[in-house]
Amino acid sequence: MNQSLHAAADPIIVIHDLVKQFGRFAALRGVSAEFVAGRLYAIVGENGAGKTTLLRSLAGLTQPTRGSISMLGTTDLRSVCRQLGYMAHPSLLYDEMGGMENLRYFARLYEIRDDERCARTISAVGLDPTLIRPVGQYSQGMRQRMSLARALIHDPKVLLLDEPFSNVDARSARQMTHLLTQLRDAGKTIFVVTHQASQLEHAADEFVHMEAGVIVRRTREWMTAEAP
Amino acid sequence: MSALATLTRASLSKDLRLEWRSKDAINSMLFFALLVVVIFSFSFDPTAEESRRIAGGLVWVAFLFAAVVALNQTWARELRNQVLDAYRVSPAPANALFLAKALGNFIFVIVLEAFMTPLFIVFYNLRALGAAYQLLIVSALGTWALVVNGTFFAAMSLRTRSREIMLPLLLFPISIPALLATVEGTTAILTGDYSPKFWIVLLAAYNVVFTTACLLLFDKVLNAE
Repeated sequence: MNQSLHAAADPIIVIHDLVKQFGRFAALRGVSAEFVAGRLYAIVGENGAGKTTLLRSLAGLTQPTRGSISMLGTTDLRSVCRQLGYMAHPSLLYDEMGGMENLRYFARLYEIRDDERCARTISAVGLDPTLIRPVGQYSQGMRQRMSLARALIHDPKVLLLDEPFSNVDARSARQMTHLLTQLRDAGKTIFVVTHQASQLEHAADEFVHMEAGVIVRRTREWMTAEAP
Repeated sequence: MSALATLTRASLSKDLRLEWRSKDAINSMLFFALLVVVIFSFSFDPTAEESRRIAGGLVWVAFLFAAVVALNQTWARELRNQVLDAYRVSPAPANALFLAKALGNFIFVIVLEAFMTPLFIVFYNLRALGAAYQLLIVSALGTWALVVNGTFFAAMSLRTRSREIMLPLLLFPISIPALLATVEGTTAILTGDYSPKFWIVLLAAYNVVFTTACLLLFDKVLNAE
């Protein structure tokens, strides 16, 4: 059930018996899965299914209670953090700074000192790099795009996106989906945790369904819980 | 080493820029310290000689309490929108962030001291009988001792429920040797009765030990769940 639908290709991420407990509550209960490179995975499920915990575990932000994650051939996730882009539900941006200012700072964390590249990344997500307004005054959709730009600035191989479509209007969500497919086609492996899986109906290569801390099924087509 | 310096500079300049725009820390520290000075001046009416003996304690208690107000805000911006997670997933060393925060707080508290010292001099009719330039050394070392631990413990208390209470509870006991040395050093310089050298050396040693310990442990604090 938890095996990849793309078993022929070499997996870029291997999760083995991943358990994460918060006190007495088990957010992940023995997740095992393999994911191959260059695919767009939509992780779907009800609230509390463990989607965000799984994503944070992949990002190295949450230490597993048991089990292991191997990414790009290593279990030391810190050593591959340059290959990882993470976009959380909150923006991970400074509200008091402009978009370009934010991106310039986060680029520095990856030893990138290239204003041109920052401007290109902002343009790539459909924003204006010359906008000097603080991010706190951006609309939610603009903030989500800016957050995506921050995750993309170092050109990572793996993108982990938590609810990128939340509070985003339909048009912006479509544009974001289009951008994600372009990134996938460019070879990036993308994980999108979302409650709006229908947005990815034609874009995702695989839907990973989670329930109560485990992956219950993986499908190529989007199907709701009621579907057979 | 150069990556550490570059990232420290980047984070420091970001913090200074944000503080320059909001003036949150500086304003709250200044108003708090000003209140303390005024209240102390109403509470005591010392002679010039008495002032020299008690001013070291008064000045540093005011700076300590005012600094705690700013230290409590140190990580607030990083918590908003969970920006700290963006730092944690990056390859940037934790120490660069710590050093930037500590240096930022050092600058804020030094600015506070620069504003408040003339007021103390006027209100308490102070004149140093010892070598006044040594006050700069004591002040710099004492301030660093306060902010390096304050920055560290503010980070430690980030995930606690009552972090504004936790910070002074953790910081004050561990700062007693540094506070004692700073007050004694200041009093020695103001009265000219004895040499402040011992207290300066003690402060320097305290700073080396605690700065090293904070740098060694900060990665664990930053990545704690």
